[in-house]
Amino acid sequence: MLGEGILKGMAETARNFIGSYHDPERLTTVEFPEKRIPAKQNARNFPFLVYDGVDPDMGLRCVACQICEKECPPQCIYIVKDAAKKPDYLGKMQFQPKVFDIDVSVCMSCQICVEVCPFEAIKMDTDFELSNPDRFGGLLQDKHRLSRPNEYYHKIHPTEASEVDARLAAEKAKAEAKARADAEAKAKAAAAASTAKPANPPQPATAK
Amino acid sequence: MQIAFAILVALTLASAIAAVSLRNLVHCALCLALAFAGLAALYLQLGAQFVGFAQILVYVGAVAILVVFAILLTRGGESAPQPVISRSWVAGIAVAVLVFGVLTKAMLSSSLAHREPPPKPGPAVREIGNQLMTRYVLPLEAVGLLLTAATIGASIIAMQDAGRKQPDPQSVASKPANARLRRDAEEFETPTG
Amino acid sequence: MMGDFFKGLLVMIWRVMTDQPDPKAEFLSVFPGGLQPLVSAVLSVSPIILVFATLFALTTWLERKGLGRIQNRLGPNRVGPYGLFQPIADGLKMLTKEDIVPRSADKVVHFLAPIAFLVPTLLAYAVLPYGRNLVPVNFDAGILFFFAVGASTELSIFMAGWSSRNKYSLLGAMRAIAQMISYEIPLILSSVTVIMIAGSLSLVEIVEQQGGYQFGWLPGWFVFTPWGLAGFVIFLIASLAESNRSPFDIPEAESELIAGHLTEYSGFKYALFFLAEYLGMFAVSGLAATLFLGGWRAPSPFLEWVPSYVWFLSKLVSLVCLFIWIRGTVPRLRVDQLLNFAWKFMLPMSLLNLLAAAAWHFTATWNFIGAGPGRWLLCAAMIAVPYVLLGRALTGGKKWTRRTYRFAE
Repeated sequence: MLGEGILKGMAETARNFIGSYHDPERLTTVEFPEKRIPAKQNARNFPFLVYDGVDPDMGLRCVACQICEKECPPQCIYIVKDAAKKPDYLGKMQFQPKVFDIDVSVCMSCQICVEVCPFEAIKMDTDFELSNPDRFGGLLQDKHRLSRPNEYYHKIHPTEASEVDARLAAEKAKAEAKARADAEAKAKAAAAASTAKPANPPQPATAK
Repeated sequence: MQIAFAILVALTLASAIAAVSLRNLVHCALCLALAFAGLAALYLQLGAQFVGFAQILVYVGAVAILVVFAILLTRGGESAPQPVISRSWVAGIAVAVLVFGVLTKAMLSSSLAHREPPPKPGPAVREIGNQLMTRYVLPLEAVGLLLTAATIGASIIAMQDAGRKQPDPQSVASKPANARLRRDAEEFETPTG
Repeated sequence: MMGDFFKGLLVMIWRVMTDQPDPKAEFLSVFPGGLQPLVSAVLSVSPIILVFATLFALTTWLERKGLGRIQNRLGPNRVGPYGLFQPIADGLKMLTKEDIVPRSADKVVHFLAPIAFLVPTLLAYAVLPYGRNLVPVNFDAGILFFFAVGASTELSIFMAGWSSRNKYSLLGAMRAIAQMISYEIPLILSSVTVIMIAGSLSLVEIVEQQGGYQFGWLPGWFVFTPWGLAGFVIFLIASLAESNRSPFDIPEAESELIAGHLTEYSGFKYALFFLAEYLGMFAVSGLAATLFLGGWRAPSPFLEWVPSYVWFLSKLVSLVCLFIWIRGTVPRLRVDQLLNFAWKFMLPMSLLNLLAAAAWHFTATWNFIGAGPGRWLLCAAMIAVPYVLLGRALTGGKKWTRRTYRFAE
């Protein structure tokens, strides 16, 4: 019958109208910025540098290998290696970056730097509220701005962070086990050497 | 009431003169609409509510729009190339004054001018309706017939125009160029085995 | 002297609020005789302008919130509590925007078009009865006056479209005028049925005729008769088209020819067009309420203590809400669908409605058993059967099935 489609449509919109007052499915607006939808785990925006512990300079995982700088397609990373070295999580002395700049206005969030980093030092952040009135330097983020603690990494990408931590801990355990085995072998060799030395007594002293 | 009448007459005359003497044709049409409205105001001033409002409804609401559409669909908006005052304006004014004089004399010397103005009728619309249905029903039906004929005529003219504009599918297919194209297409489609 | 002034003022306000006749007499006696008609006119006109301008602001807010909720979102809610100051923000925006007139536009006509739109629309409010004794002018030919000034607004749309010297404006204006004159006929014909039954063109008289209650509870409004219901629906659809509201908003929608005849208008002139359009919508809703819904009459004998203007305003506002609801529901019609609908469906239906109303009138003297329902059934059948048949014929007998999709292989 002519007109019944319109009436059905009007019934549906009336259902929408009344439902929007009590049914959360019928009013899906989230009033940003007072309320936010929690970001999904796989969200990514721009990179940041991870540091372990509490000191951003000492705990920084980055060893300034400059692989990310070379692999970045728009070449937005700028690294200057520092002459001084610092110990990493395994205790080995590694280089560190003196200057680590990312120009976020150039970065295209492709995540290639994260994929190629061998040291789990650079990861993707989810922070998008980066607007800045300074259009010349405001979007150039330096090392201090880019460094975030490992706890922050756990907060934004829990699964990834736990997986990275587990892997690093396994490596550390393996290194420690190797170091202990080496130390035991060395101690055994040293003990064998020291027991071997008194095995040659000064015999001629008694034989005369 | 004299002041109101004088103002209305001045407005109507001014817009009527503008309607025939402006350069831009659409401006003329709009001034004509204003003249119609002035005329309606004069009817209202005489107490003829129905006629006054019907004048606005029909003339300003329909006839003026018809005039404007006609200008739009035929001439466009360019202004008149030649001056609006023609060269024989002396003869024109003489004829106009003569006609005005004859009409005025005829009206003043007729019986209408010496009659008392009729008393204002009661519910005017009801009276008009009654009269239209009893005493003047033949003019009413004649006007209805005329309007129906006009509507049918307009529809027929519009349908003929539309019919003539569309190309006849038979004639298109029989043109030699199209026949050649069809033959080529058939040749192309047959597999060359 | 001042005491008399304020006393007269208070008496007038009290009399208006309690529906008493002739409220202005005492107040007017304060003024000298020559000034009295002028003061009387100002007293009649200023409440109308104040009330309807405020209603305009509230309706823009209501429309945005209502449409938002229908579309699963909140409307504006930042500017005031629940966004109530949004119309003020919008008004300020319109006032402070630059008024751009195209260089080759016809300046005089471009300037006069919004005025030519607004003035007849405001004139139409002069004949609506807002309450029991609250009609500004009681014309004998009230409805004719209303439609006459409504028809005058079409000329201003042409002026707006033509003076912009923009081919899109011109096309939009032509479409708008074609739409408006096509839908004027069903509008006027559906009100002619009311005029026929009521026997008068005066709106006050028409409301008087809708008094009384059938069976003690059903109001005697014209909408509760078969021809009245059909006439009401036709009138509503035609008035949607006359005020260029969705689904008939081809002239002014953003995706249609930019903005049609309003393309070259900005700032305050656009605000005037906007205002005139909404005022036209209120006027025609007021007329619908007067003709079909009993004007200022209460719907039940127990509610007659509520003042009459409250009933009129609530009926008007509910019609406006209905228009907003329809706007949120129905997609826009194409211009050929629109014109087809007007000439092939609305016009025959309104003529049939006239016949049904005539049948109702002439069967009023039936008094055998079952005459009441019999009348109802006869007149309803006179309208419903052609409606179904015409609807089937015009849609070509097509049935709307579930849409199937064919994807590329």
